[in-house]
Amino acid sequence: MANYSTNEFKSGLKIMIDNDPCTIIENEFVKPGKGQAFSRVKFRNLKTGRVIERTFKSGESVEAADVLEASLQYLYNDGTEWHFMDETSYEQYTANKESVGDAASWLKEQDTCTVTLWNGLPILVVPPNFVTLTVSNTDPGLRGDTASGATKPAVVETGATIKVPLFVEEGELIKIDTRTGEYVSRVKE
Amino acid sequence: MGDTRKDAAGDWPPRARLGVLRERARLLALIREFFAERGVLEVETPAMAHAGASDVHIASLATRTHSGDKFYLQTSPEFAMKRLLAAGSGPIYQVCRAFRDGESGRLHNPEFTLLEWYRPGFDEHALMDELDELLTRLLGSAAPSRRMTYRQAFVELGAVDPFEASTQSLLEHAAARGLKLAEDGPGERDLLLDFLFSHLVQPALEGRVFVYDYPATQAALARVRASQPPVAERFELFLDGIEIANGYHELADAHEQRQRFKADGRAREHRGLEQMPMDERLIAALAHGLPDCAGVAVGLDRLFMIAAGQSSIEAVMAFPISRA
Repeated sequence: MANYSTNEFKSGLKIMIDNDPCTIIENEFVKPGKGQAFSRVKFRNLKTGRVIERTFKSGESVEAADVLEASLQYLYNDGTEWHFMDETSYEQYTANKESVGDAASWLKEQDTCTVTLWNGLPILVVPPNFVTLTVSNTDPGLRGDTASGATKPAVVETGATIKVPLFVEEGELIKIDTRTGEYVSRVKE
Repeated sequence: MGDTRKDAAGDWPPRARLGVLRERARLLALIREFFAERGVLEVETPAMAHAGASDVHIASLATRTHSGDKFYLQTSPEFAMKRLLAAGSGPIYQVCRAFRDGESGRLHNPEFTLLEWYRPGFDEHALMDELDELLTRLLGSAAPSRRMTYRQAFVELGAVDPFEASTQSLLEHAAARGLKLAEDGPGERDLLLDFLFSHLVQPALEGRVFVYDYPATQAALARVRASQPPVAERFELFLDGIEIANGYHELADAHEQRQRFKADGRAREHRGLEQMPMDERLIAALAHGLPDCAGVAVGLDRLFMIAAGQSSIEAVMAFPISRA
C-alpha cells in the first residue's frame, strides 16, 4: 500500500491511524519560527465514526487506507451476517454485526445503503436517510386522535421499537428518519 | 473541465479586500514614522545571498544566475544587517520579503513580509519595551503586556517543567496530547518541547505576552547566559497565542558563531538535509566586532492580520502563493 507524506495531507485523504482506516477532516500546518514543524490533523475513524485529533512531525509518512464508499443493495440477513450487492457488477458483499451496528434496525431488503469498504470488506453501513417499514406490533389505535401529540411504542418489521402517534395501527406502513430514529408520517400503499 | 486557464482566470483578483490593503499601507507608514522619530535608519540588503539558512528547521529556496552561480533567497535579513552593524551603522531597521520553502497554511506563506530591527546598546528586555511601544502605536490599544519566562509559561500553562522533566515524561505528556511519532522515531527533547509549547502553552497565552529565557538548545543566534540552567537570551511575542516576533540579545562571538554553524551542519547531515555554505562574511564581521545589541524580527502579515481582525494571513495579502 502507498504512503502519504504529511505535506500531501488534505481533507478527504484516507489514511491508516492506529491500525484503523480514517479520513482526514482538517489539516493544519503548525510551525514555530525556530523549531520543528508539525501537521495537526483532525480525522474521523471510519470504523467507529469518532472524530479525533493527532499531530504528526512534518515530513513523516503514513500508510494510505484502501477505502471507498459504495451504494449497495441490501439483500438479506442469514441470521449472523448481512448480505449486500452491487447493482451494476452484481458483486456481493457480506457485513458482520460490528460493521452493520445500529443500521441493523433500519435495513429493509432491496433498500440501497451506503457501505464503506476497506480492502474490499464492509466496515460501515449507513441506511437511507428515510425508510418505509410495516408496523408489526402496537396497541390498538385511537381513531380520530390525530393531533394530541401523545405517543405509544410500536415494533416495526425489522424488530426495532419506535415511538408513534396513538392513531397508528398494526399493518400500516410508516416513514422513519433513520438518522434520528423518529417517526415521520404514515405512508399510503 | 480541466481547463486550468479558466481556473487561473478566475483567480486574477487580489485575495485581500482593497480596504484591507489600504489599512496595510497605513500601518507600514506608521512603522516608518515610528523608526524615523527614533533615529533608526531604514536599510535594504540583498534578498539573494551566497549563504542560506543553516537552521535544520528552515528550508531555503535557491535560484541560479545565467553564469551558474547559486544564490539562496533570504529566510531573514539577519546576516547582512549584522554586517552593517559591525561596520558602524548604528540602529537600523528593514521591511523586506523573506522566503521559506514548504511553509504554507493559515499562518504561513512561502514568501512573507518581515520587519527586522537592531538596537546597539539594548538587551532583549529593552527591545521588548520598544516592541511593546510599536504594537501600541500600530494596534491603537494600550493593552497591558505580560512577560513570562519560558519555564514559567510551561509550568503555569503546560503543567510540566521544561528544564527538569525527564524526556520520557515529556514524551508521555505529548502522546497524551495527540503527538504521533513514527515508530522508529525516538522523541528528541526539543521536538517534544516544541510540540508541547505549540499545542498546549501557546493556545493558552491570552492577550499580549512576551516569553523569554528559552532553553539553551533553542538559542538559534541568541547569547546563552550561564545561569542554572543556562538559558538563551531570546524572546518571542505572542498575540492571543499567535507567534508574532522573535528576538535575541545577539550573539557577537565569532568563534561561538562558527561552532553553531558547524553544529547545524552536523544536524543537517544527520537528517539527510542539504549542507549550507557557511556565511564567512558574517563570521568575519563578528570577528571585526559586532556592537552589543539586540535584534528582533516581526512577522508583519500576521500582525496586519490581527489588526484587521482576520484569521488567515491570506486575507491581508494581495496575492498569496495560490494566486502568485
